[in-house]
Amino acid sequence: MIAETGHFALVLALMVALVQATVPMIGAHRGNALMMAMDKPSSYSQVLLVAFAFGCLTYSHVTSDFSVLNVVQNSHSKMPMLYKVSAVWGNHEGSLLLWVLILSLFGSAVALFGGNLPPTLRARVLGVQAMIAVGFYLFMLLTSNPFLRQFPIPLDGKEMNPLLQDPGLAFHPPFLYLGYVGFSMAFSFAIAALIEGRVDAAWARWVRPWTLAAWTFLTIGVALGSWWAYYELGWGGWWFWDPVENASFMPWLAGTALLHSAIVVEKRDTMKAWTIFLAILAFSLSLLGTFLVRSGVLTSVHAFATDPERGVFILMLLLIVIGGSLVLFAIRAPALKSTGVFKPISREGGLLLNNLVMSTGAAVVLLGTLYPLFLDAVGGGKVSVGPPFFNSVFIPLMLPMLFAMGFGPVLAWKRTDMVEAAKRLKLAFIATGLVLAAMLAIAFDGPFMGIVGITIATWVFMATAVELAERIKLFSAPRQALSRLLRQQRASWGMTLAHMGLAIAIAGMAGAGGWKVERIQTMVPGQSVNLAGYDFKFMGARRAQGPNYTIVEGTFQVSEDGNPVVTLHPEKRNYPVRQMPTTEAAIHTLFMGDLYAVIGDPEGSEGGFVTRLYYNPLIAWMWFGAFVMVFGSVISISDRRYRVGAPKGHASGKQVGAKA
Amino acid sequence: MKRLMYLAPLAVFLVIAGYFAVGLKLNPRDLPSVLIDQKVESFALKPIKGYDRGFSSEDLKGQVSLVNFWGSWCVACLAEHPMLMKIAEQKLVPLYGIDWREKDPDAGPQWLKRRGDPYTLIGDDPESKAAIAFGVYGAPESFIVDQRGTIRYKHTGVIDEGNWASTLWPLIQELRKQ
Repeated sequence: MIAETGHFALVLALMVALVQATVPMIGAHRGNALMMAMDKPSSYSQVLLVAFAFGCLTYSHVTSDFSVLNVVQNSHSKMPMLYKVSAVWGNHEGSLLLWVLILSLFGSAVALFGGNLPPTLRARVLGVQAMIAVGFYLFMLLTSNPFLRQFPIPLDGKEMNPLLQDPGLAFHPPFLYLGYVGFSMAFSFAIAALIEGRVDAAWARWVRPWTLAAWTFLTIGVALGSWWAYYELGWGGWWFWDPVENASFMPWLAGTALLHSAIVVEKRDTMKAWTIFLAILAFSLSLLGTFLVRSGVLTSVHAFATDPERGVFILMLLLIVIGGSLVLFAIRAPALKSTGVFKPISREGGLLLNNLVMSTGAAVVLLGTLYPLFLDAVGGGKVSVGPPFFNSVFIPLMLPMLFAMGFGPVLAWKRTDMVEAAKRLKLAFIATGLVLAAMLAIAFDGPFMGIVGITIATWVFMATAVELAERIKLFSAPRQALSRLLRQQRASWGMTLAHMGLAIAIAGMAGAGGWKVERIQTMVPGQSVNLAGYDFKFMGARRAQGPNYTIVEGTFQVSEDGNPVVTLHPEKRNYPVRQMPTTEAAIHTLFMGDLYAVIGDPEGSEGGFVTRLYYNPLIAWMWFGAFVMVFGSVISISDRRYRVGAPKGHASGKQVGAKA
Repeated sequence: MKRLMYLAPLAVFLVIAGYFAVGLKLNPRDLPSVLIDQKVESFALKPIKGYDRGFSSEDLKGQVSLVNFWGSWCVACLAEHPMLMKIAEQKLVPLYGIDWREKDPDAGPQWLKRRGDPYTLIGDDPESKAAIAFGVYGAPESFIVDQRGTIRYKHTGVIDEGNWASTLWPLIQELRKQ
């Protein structure tokens, strides 16, 4: 019964969404307040219905109801509770249900907090949201129903893919989807604005917090994903330029561009069509991400559900959503009038540069990701585009932007004197020079990209810090600096923290990419291997039993100059249901780097094992940096100008622009 | 002119969508070999430990045969093994084994001793000589070679009842008629 009730709730949600997609839209067109007012109750009913359906599926999973096909295929009675729950979204059908749940949550959030939105705009935004929802409900009900029954009822399930049975990955998809779906808000606002033919400061102020929220979630999702790859795949790497990783990275790049261009619309009333385009782009790339993972159009280690028939449906969906919105864009965007003018060297110019580089970056990643498909489709054979392409194209593209990023915040709106701006950053130049000199003095023959990366990270961090110090007049009037620091707008705090976080993360990437040390060998108990100044002594391995897997656990005693540092226990697990081994790397994080040990297969007759040992310098900085970025973004969302009733109309928008 | 610029995103998207439509028809698991329809480069492999005959490209001449790459280190080969035994018992096709990338010379023979030996002849290929001649990506992989020593088909992964009945066996019968 539970599964059928869930199924029924989903059908009802589709009906409600159909109403929400039409009635408020017609109402907004005709100026009928009653019809527009349908948007709120239908949003609330949608979220209740989908949440109920989601609850039904979760209940089936938690109680291991093996009469439900989805549970049979993705769960097992012996799986720990956490994974019984995460198995709900660790598969195609369930993850779509999570997708629509999040979509309806965002929709009801607009209904709840959008009291200060003009009713026509709100009706149209929620109408567009409902259109997207209709597409996904139909997709689920027609091709990917999570509530299908299975007869005869098997004794036990097939278990979730062991690689996914991991705490990091349990929460990775929800965050990723919160990010993907979050961009649907910016998308719906963009479409509504195109229909209304009006984009102004107030519009930008409504869009920005939603975009920030989506961006925050996506950042968490991407960071969790790379963290998982780092400790679960057991190769000491953290980013593989895999199509699915790229699928989450492209919307992130487009979303980052959107965040910045929305500022220009809000403060300077220009770059409107461009901002609308970025909003469409960010969500389109999110949809594309879903498509790439789910259709099997590209091969990937992640593609745990590949099914061409679903692919055709998603392709239709993409054609309607993306194609339709781009048609609307082509018709309506040329009419959007901008009033702000600016010189190339100005705050607007800096933000535009950010936008261009970010969207070029997204295009490069898109090209690299799709190139194998392009070639295969024209009969050019199978190729894969790997890290060498991405590293050699993407990194050089980002370096000049990172250099410019240091300048961005010190530039004034409209026009700036470049020399003046550079003078303000004198201290940052000196600090960066000192760090570069120190690095070259210690390791002149160090890895080129590592040294470049650390240098540019130092520059971004110091320039951001110096700009903050300038803004609170730390040097010219240090007495009131603290109180000025505390009075800073939250949005500018957000910018400072996010930029510093990026600098920290880049330092981590450069350190781990440039100075990684790795040794692979067979070790017998008692044997030691020296790695980056640390002695890894292999103490042997023992067998043990986990809840739904067997364990071979190795023990390494790590010491530095004879002083014990830590004991590492890497595991190799074997999941008998799926006959699949996984590696659980043992990682000890130190300030300057991670000690990382993996145990492989037994080798030889003397109790030897293949072992992989790594020293990954600064790598934890990467995720710490991501955390700082997320923290900055959250602070920015809490800025009061997004909470207090935003001033409406064109004139007030200009007023804000003049003040800033 | 300015209007055209606003149409550009739509045009780019439609091109990408077109490729997706074609891409959906392609099978991602298909890993074609460039060596298909080419003669096997000549090779001569030593016998594995305890056997007195090895396996060379000369043995392929004159009949349609199935060449299977395996190794004692390969987990999927274990899953494939019962099917190979069945093919060997029914004497459907000469089945040649290539024991690939074995570090320990005893490992391959022991693996066969424990589970049974389906192969007509076995060659030892610790240095991937034959594997390169055939263009092998991983184990297990199997090749159908025709009477003239030309590679006609490559099968990636485990041979099971399904793909044997649907693809491999019909193709072998087809080639025998030529």
